[in-house]
Amino acid sequence: MYKYDTYDQAMVDARVEEFRDQARRRLEGKLTEDQFKPLRLMNGLYLQLHAYMLRVAIPYGTLNSAQMTVLGDIADKYDRGYGHFTTRQNLQYNWIKLEDAADILADLAKVEMHAIQTSGNCIRNISSDHFAGASHDELIDPRPYAELLRQWSSFHPEFTYLPRKFKICVIAAEKDRAAMRLHDIGIQIVEQDGAIGARFYVGGGMGRTPMIAPMIREFVPLDQLITYAEACLRVYNRHGRRDNKYKARIKILVHELGKEEYTRQVEEEFAHMLDQGVEPPLAEIERLRTFFAPPAFEDGPKTLDRSDPDFALWVDRNTHRHRHDSYVSAVISLKPVGGIPGDATGDQMRLMAKLARAYSFDELRIMHTQNVVLPHVKIADLHALWTELDAAGLGAPNLDTIEDIIACPGLDYCSLANARSIPLAQRISERFAAKGKTEELGELKLKISGCINACGHHHAGHIGILGVDRKGKENFQLSLGGSEAEDVSLAKITGPGFDEDGVIDAVEKVTDVYLGAREGDERFLDTYRRIGMAPFKEALYG
Amino acid sequence: MDNPLGTSPDEVQFRFRDDEVVDHGTVTVDACCDQTNATAVRIEPGDDARELLSFLDRLALVEVNFPSFADGRGYSAARILREAGYTGELRAVGDIGVDQLSHLRRCGFDAFAPDHRLDEEDAARAFATWDNVYQKTVDGRPTIQELRHE
Repeated sequence: MYKYDTYDQAMVDARVEEFRDQARRRLEGKLTEDQFKPLRLMNGLYLQLHAYMLRVAIPYGTLNSAQMTVLGDIADKYDRGYGHFTTRQNLQYNWIKLEDAADILADLAKVEMHAIQTSGNCIRNISSDHFAGASHDELIDPRPYAELLRQWSSFHPEFTYLPRKFKICVIAAEKDRAAMRLHDIGIQIVEQDGAIGARFYVGGGMGRTPMIAPMIREFVPLDQLITYAEACLRVYNRHGRRDNKYKARIKILVHELGKEEYTRQVEEEFAHMLDQGVEPPLAEIERLRTFFAPPAFEDGPKTLDRSDPDFALWVDRNTHRHRHDSYVSAVISLKPVGGIPGDATGDQMRLMAKLARAYSFDELRIMHTQNVVLPHVKIADLHALWTELDAAGLGAPNLDTIEDIIACPGLDYCSLANARSIPLAQRISERFAAKGKTEELGELKLKISGCINACGHHHAGHIGILGVDRKGKENFQLSLGGSEAEDVSLAKITGPGFDEDGVIDAVEKVTDVYLGAREGDERFLDTYRRIGMAPFKEALYG
Repeated sequence: MDNPLGTSPDEVQFRFRDDEVVDHGTVTVDACCDQTNATAVRIEPGDDARELLSFLDRLALVEVNFPSFADGRGYSAARILREAGYTGELRAVGDIGVDQLSHLRRCGFDAFAPDHRLDEEDAARAFATWDNVYQKTVDGRPTIQELRHE
């Protein structure tokens, strides 16, 4: 894992002091709320429906046990004993007092954490594959490049007042576990003629106008990665729309200019930038690589005792093949049946930290699906790990099933929401668990957003649900056929929306259509793609 | 900030140059391209700073207007001018607060004429926010990555 040096620590400390000063000037009336708002947002502090919300950055979703412990302690000390893991691999606290914010940031800084640029119209936390450095199918560990991008994008002087927020993702496998092409910039580390480089996709995103990012450069040499990203950003900062907040994301610029013209402008800027010497020295990427060197894996048993069916199910559902054959990556589901997706209590966070120390080289990952990963677990330790998780209510065997729902905070917390997402997620997982259909349905990604901003990724759900306001009543639109993975696609709306009870019934109906029509080991998504929307519509509205 | 002649020298609150404050009325970017004798120009957010590149050696002052501090196009305009070798005064004018100063400075601005005068102490602290920096810009500061591998 990356470890701050004195420079990194000084940068974060300087930011904490800067924020303290900003809060002071706000209280003294030197800053109006309009002036203060973008500043507090760039420090992760939102004003929600009931209280302030603080969003803590977890760079590329990687953290150690000391950091996870502090996250749990902050939940107890400053919040109501829990926190919420987000689709950006971050953590947010929903019940924060403004006067505590600077102290929380100071607590975070002690364990090399911060809330920098977790909001605002700037480059946000860099996201990555939650199995980075652990998965069997990866070219290399993408995190040194994510860290390089983190440093470059932190307090970038030219790109602090962009037209709109800006999200970057870096992966290094053909399998996309991070929704890479639904980012403003998606970078895939690839190999070409024996050299490692970066493939750039630009202009993807969800929100009210979902778009899949087109590829604009097949191969950027790694010693030009930052320069190329800088060129992409400069074209956007100069020409992205600022007349309409809803058309200000880079996807609109790329769409309106066309991929070819945007690419031409980037290439022109890139050629100019190459002469400016903005690229960090190559020795820096070498230095960063050393932090992500594989831990000292040991050979051990490669099989396990599957006589306990509950354990066997959890192993089948919640573990992922590791690069070392005596290890697996284990997913801790934060989706207990009837629970709030992505929530964890302070006690649970401290327990996960303890288990990471005992079983996973002190390392944890946050998934964009709001679960937690112990990346390097010995197969021999799996049963002991599962036993402890299960006892703490963290053993749900439901990764990528219909119970593993992504849901935004919705109208229970969010001032933008039109509808409540959380109760709907709770009721759907209860319904399918009670009927025992979860396992039969297999991989089925259900994603719920409480408004058109799509924080719950409904466009990318095999089944997506969007909450809207219809004449003062919550109404839910159902969509089918989305995917955030390497087979990326955007879901299509089935037809008229439903009330809360109705949409739960509708989800059940479409899963019944799938079960009736599926061939072989097709997933819901595969069947939908083969048979199309008509049979589902017929079942829903026929 | 509707003054068509631009800011006057006594509106410049912070200046990091030793030469005389430039006191020429500014013209628009369009006018500057047509008028061969203009020595001061004002860039609005929608202007393309690159249109000025062939006139840089006759310009003594470029003002970049920020009608709203949240519109960051002027940061790119400033860097582009400095990257092209412009050495004259680069003045940020308009809706500029304490919290924009350090970033503006890093992008090449060396004079500041905020709409409202800023608290001197707050501003001094803001200019000194970063002991070191992560990005290479036109301010000539070595980056943290370079310092690590000296």
